[in-house]
Amino acid sequence: MDITVNILLTIATAATPLLIAAIGELVVERSGVLNLGVEGMMIMGAVGGFGAGYLTGSPWIGLLAAIIVGALFSLLFAVMTLSLATNQVATGLSLTLLGLGLSGMIGTSFVGQPGVRLPNLDIPVISSIPVVGRLIFGQDPVFYISIALTAAVMWFLFRTRTGLTLRSIGDSHTSAHALGIKVIRYRYLAVMFGGACAGLAGGHLSLVYTPQWVENMSAGRGWIALALVVFASWRPWRVLAGAYIFGAVWIGQLHAQAFGIPVPSQFLSSLPYLATIVVLVLISRNKRLTMMNTPASLGQPFVPDR
Amino acid sequence: MGGTVSANHDRANLLEVRGLTKIFGTLTACDHIDLNIAKGEIHALLGENGAGKSTLVKMLFGSLEPNSGEIFWDGSPVKITSPGVAKKLGIGMVFQHFSLFEALTAAENIALSLNDGSPISTIAAKARALSFSYGLPLDPDSLVGDLSVGERQRIEIIRCLLQTPQLIILDEPTSVLTPQEADKLFETLERLRSEGKSILYISHRLEEVKRICDRATVLRHGKVVGHCNPREETAASLARMMVGSEVKAVVRAPADGIETAPALLEIRSLSRKPATPFAIPLKNINLTVRAGEVIGIAGVAGNGQGEFFESVSGEVLQQDAGSVRIRGKDAGGLSITGRRLMGAAFVPEERLGHGAAPRMKLSENLLLSRHATDGKAFVGSGGMVKNGAVYSAAQRIITAMDVRKSAPDPEAAALSGGNLQKFIVGRELDRKPSVMIVNQPTWGVDAGAAAHIRQALIELARSGSAVLVISQDLDELFELSDAIGVMHNGELSKPLPIAEATFEKIGLLMGGAEPGHAEHAMEVA
Repeated sequence: MDITVNILLTIATAATPLLIAAIGELVVERSGVLNLGVEGMMIMGAVGGFGAGYLTGSPWIGLLAAIIVGALFSLLFAVMTLSLATNQVATGLSLTLLGLGLSGMIGTSFVGQPGVRLPNLDIPVISSIPVVGRLIFGQDPVFYISIALTAAVMWFLFRTRTGLTLRSIGDSHTSAHALGIKVIRYRYLAVMFGGACAGLAGGHLSLVYTPQWVENMSAGRGWIALALVVFASWRPWRVLAGAYIFGAVWIGQLHAQAFGIPVPSQFLSSLPYLATIVVLVLISRNKRLTMMNTPASLGQPFVPDR
Repeated sequence: MGGTVSANHDRANLLEVRGLTKIFGTLTACDHIDLNIAKGEIHALLGENGAGKSTLVKMLFGSLEPNSGEIFWDGSPVKITSPGVAKKLGIGMVFQHFSLFEALTAAENIALSLNDGSPISTIAAKARALSFSYGLPLDPDSLVGDLSVGERQRIEIIRCLLQTPQLIILDEPTSVLTPQEADKLFETLERLRSEGKSILYISHRLEEVKRICDRATVLRHGKVVGHCNPREETAASLARMMVGSEVKAVVRAPADGIETAPALLEIRSLSRKPATPFAIPLKNINLTVRAGEVIGIAGVAGNGQGEFFESVSGEVLQQDAGSVRIRGKDAGGLSITGRRLMGAAFVPEERLGHGAAPRMKLSENLLLSRHATDGKAFVGSGGMVKNGAVYSAAQRIITAMDVRKSAPDPEAAALSGGNLQKFIVGRELDRKPSVMIVNQPTWGVDAGAAAHIRQALIELARSGSAVLVISQDLDELFELSDAIGVMHNGELSKPLPIAEATFEKIGLLMGGAEPGHAEHAMEVA
């Protein structure tokens, strides 16, 4: 019984950073902007979070720093693509490269240093109820933030007027501009929200998942988050499903490798990617629904004529 | 800033524009425009494409910023810096190219332009009530991507009316409507006028301007060239004011012996499944175009004309090779180049990006479309391009079609829409194709150039080719065609010979009346 609970807990820990980064990118893409710099923003958040936590001794300050660093780093992308109308794909890729390099440079003095870890939630009595107590009331704070964030984004996008406006900009920025909607302002805020989320996801890596700084510790999670958004056809609950499927198969194959199952380890390592793609493709077979949810102006630069 | 209102008119002016100027680079799109719109009038803004009408209304609606000039609203000077400001003043706009979001519902689209915080369901109820009271029924829950162009325009109009504007700007509203839908719109406009609202009506359809407008302002090359009362003018005199010279009428010589001429283009039971969720399926289309004749295909935009053109031109291949036959041979499995090599020529609807590569020179665009069919003339041994031959062929087309341009061999994007269209049509005519298929030959082209293109198409047919013209412009089809078929919801009606066709009959078919019932309905009415 304890093993099952432990496995479920590790799945949640593995899925949380993917979910947070992907939900942030989902909002960015729903506004019609494609930011391929998730990996770079994430690693910047990780190094910023670790650094602030290490220097102040407070993991909470570290987490806050991770969010701020991510948002500021995405501002660079926003200025380039939105104000200067550069190519979003090229700018996003360079943001990732810049983030990986810059974080390595900033982090040289942090390598091998002991980090601080965010404590798990611990409510007296309740958290020690067997199974349920630990699963529901005994996880790290970022896990609860990720779930609340997903629910909040769903509510925001599909229940509020501002969310509707954001979706309309993603559908057609020229139409939105003609109606007098401030396209660029919305997109700035969306991109910075995405950056803050990627930073938070990075902070989770260096303050919860493995509380230390290792170069390249995001290990491609930013790219997985990007893929999740597309395969989930830009719908938040599917991103949640995708992140947890990925996390589950990831943890599952690690255990399988540990047991020494006679299957090539390369195949097992590729399983999480395969499983996630297969499941998300199967649930997005409805072409019409996909069309409705795909932001039609995704990746196109917008230059208002005045 | 003088806020005094000139008292030259019997009614108070709602909007006054003085000396409004907009400069794009070296082009003065609007040059010291003066315009007065009185309360409770329908004011027409006339002019050819490129005369500056759209630029002017964009400045009035705040989407463009004027370089100089003043705007007075109800007598006081205003600066309209954004569409939001325009809406607050009481200016509403129905756009020519709809500003709707396809992936959202009608109600959501309406909600986006209203700045109150009321829930979507309240807005939907209001929109439904208003739409029925004006006789423009609308289902607020339907997805815009699923709606016809006429229905989309209703959303635009209802959205505009819900903002209770004092001035409504309509940019070419009837270009996508059936004659019957247009009648409905005119009733709505007259009702709005009786409620004291002002309307600025932009159109190049002179008959309807004469019918509903109280006053007209005519623009040419960015300048106001005259004011008039359209009811006292004739369509010809209005056209003269717009163009600045007489427009040559298109001459259609009688076509003799067409019934026995060989069929050059045959479409047999052509069907196609929708490629995307918002596309129209083609249903069992049959059509024969014989040597020497021009067949027109009418229809409200978005009824499958685009899908039909793609299928016939070879942009999409057919399962059944016999469903498209060119000069008696099956062509359904051939690509565009394959069909071109059989003697067919195609002019798609979009000029830039589809008909021509915008950033390439005219000569390069010529080579792109004709390197296969004119391989010997344009491409030498070892695949080297004969630049000289291509250049002189481009110049030949430019002279033949009277293409006006600023450089000897400019980029396609540097030409105005009408001139580029003349080049693209000329590029195909220059081959003397035996089958010519044109989608929207004169869309957005000024009257002089349009007459030129139409005359050239008729002459091509009379010299023994088969010509198929798809158009939303009924006037054009009546000028060009020997018979007119109507496309509705992916089905094509049997072409009516021009002698039997009337606006009413074609209009009913466009609205979806059964082909057999159209005539019957007319007799009853």
